[in-house]
Amino acid sequence: MKQLFTFVKKEFYHVLRDKKVLFILFGMPIAQILLFGFALSSEVKDSRIIIVDYAKDIASQQISAKIEASRYFDVQKTVQTHQQIEDVFKEGVIKAAVVFPEDFMENLSRQKTAQVQLIMDATDINLANQISNYLSSIIRDYQQEQNITGALPYQITPEIRMLYNPQLRGAPNFVPGVMAMVLLLVCVMMTAIAIVKEKETGTMEVLLVSPMRPAMVIFSKAIPYLALSIVNICAILLLSVFLLDLPIKGSLFLLMGESCLFIITCLSLGILISIQTSSQQVAMLISLMGMMLPTLLLSGFMFPIENMPIPLQVISNIIPAKWYYIIVKDIMIKGAGFFAVWKETLVLAGITLLFFLISVKRFKIRLE
Amino acid sequence: MQEEVVIKAEKLTKRFGAFTATNEVTFEVHKGEIFGFLGANGAGKTTAMRMLCGLSIPSAGNATVAGFDVYKETEQIKKNIGYMSQKFSLYEDLTIEENLAFFGGIYGMSDSEIKTKSKQLIEQLGLQKEAKKLVQELPLGWKQKLAFSVAVFHRPKIVFLDEPTGGVDPVTRRQFWDLIYDASDSGITVFVTTHYMDEAEYCNRVSIMVDGVIAALDTPHNLKQQFKANSMDEVFYQLARGAKRSE
Repeated sequence: MKQLFTFVKKEFYHVLRDKKVLFILFGMPIAQILLFGFALSSEVKDSRIIIVDYAKDIASQQISAKIEASRYFDVQKTVQTHQQIEDVFKEGVIKAAVVFPEDFMENLSRQKTAQVQLIMDATDINLANQISNYLSSIIRDYQQEQNITGALPYQITPEIRMLYNPQLRGAPNFVPGVMAMVLLLVCVMMTAIAIVKEKETGTMEVLLVSPMRPAMVIFSKAIPYLALSIVNICAILLLSVFLLDLPIKGSLFLLMGESCLFIITCLSLGILISIQTSSQQVAMLISLMGMMLPTLLLSGFMFPIENMPIPLQVISNIIPAKWYYIIVKDIMIKGAGFFAVWKETLVLAGITLLFFLISVKRFKIRLE
Repeated sequence: MQEEVVIKAEKLTKRFGAFTATNEVTFEVHKGEIFGFLGANGAGKTTAMRMLCGLSIPSAGNATVAGFDVYKETEQIKKNIGYMSQKFSLYEDLTIEENLAFFGGIYGMSDSEIKTKSKQLIEQLGLQKEAKKLVQELPLGWKQKLAFSVAVFHRPKIVFLDEPTGGVDPVTRRQFWDLIYDASDSGITVFVTTHYMDEAEYCNRVSIMVDGVIAALDTPHNLKQQFKANSMDEVFYQLARGAKRSE
């Protein structure tokens, strides 16, 4: 026990004295959260939109004037047909279109209800969301004004269409993604590098000749990264709750438990990489190319897995981050309990066990 | 010299597939002795040493280190030996004191023992001023001496030195050997591999390995007489010339 304590203490010295490591450990998650957070909260200013007015009546023109007066929007031009709408969206400059149907005023006065169509370029989900919210509120405003003066209340319903990305996947869910990425980086890459570094400098040999058991050496090296990962998770969660107002809907306890499981998965992977390699550069390359890239591409964080070709969908199943991402999303955003994520947890646990067993086996072979 | 045997190897053999790195090596090392283990690159020195340190299981033959069997009692062996590898093997980002505390700790020394012995050692090496500095700030010669001191810090029965003086100037090498003599005087057996033939002269006895077998084993004086040579250099040259293996 004392051996272990001595070792872990030494390991913390290594981490705390290396500014580069510290920077990656703590700077990166904060930077990522802030970057994504900033993107989320960015204000819409002078967004270019178009107004398609088939009605050309008083109501439609009054609403158009209100939109044009707003500092959020820069009304570019007025087009006449649906085909033209398609074309300007494809140019990519126009972020939204407001479409008034032909019988707008008539519907309002006769049926006390009318529809306005808001078409968004949803490739940038945050922007699309925000623009649609602003436009809707301008229309609501107008409606309220009219209702005070007018004899009978009537209703204008904005009908919103999100182009290109109807489900709005991605952005609100970035926190689980960042958590997975940070854990991968810290646990896989940092652990692999830390262990390989001992091999490179020759200290591993000295450790193996010491009475310390080899498994213990590896175990002790992993402990600080487990601790640091938990600190990182807490930091990310605090930032997302207090800075980004993204509440944790499910159980925090369950979330931390699942995170620990994923941390152990990553540590086993890091250890496996470190056993197979003998230079820090190789360890880093394998961690980055072999782990980070597939995770970015295939975990569902960046790109929806459902839209991928079948072979990629199959491959994505062996990416541990995919399962962790699903679990965290379910717990944090949907507020799911353990019974909703037990299958994913089981898969993740299975992958972890597999990595762990391979590591142990390979490690014994290496010792020979 | 006492005749207590601390390392005993009998027909110790290590094969890697069809390649026999160490072939039926037999020798004894006595307590407090400085035993030089010489050989060209690839002659099988390191393999033999790894087997004695418990890092590698022999393919055949027997050996005991500090009275413990290299097959079954490697854990016991590890408690009784010190080791210094050819690469500099202290932690550069730790201070001298922290390195001592770490290595003392993993060998199970108590905190108070570590404290008093660190103080003693640092004074002995004249490193009081540097004690709280990171090891990476020390010159190579100091590092090497420190590495040796760390290897014998827990008072092992035997210390294995794998080409300990590589890349060090002759003056520092001489100082390094003073430390080795001190350790030997205090009863620690020193098992050292080296390339430098002047260092071979400092050893009580040397064995010279060629192609995985021990070609000669005696005191430097006797070896020189036997091979009618003026220096160990010549002895080594006569033996190594016949080698079939090279790096």
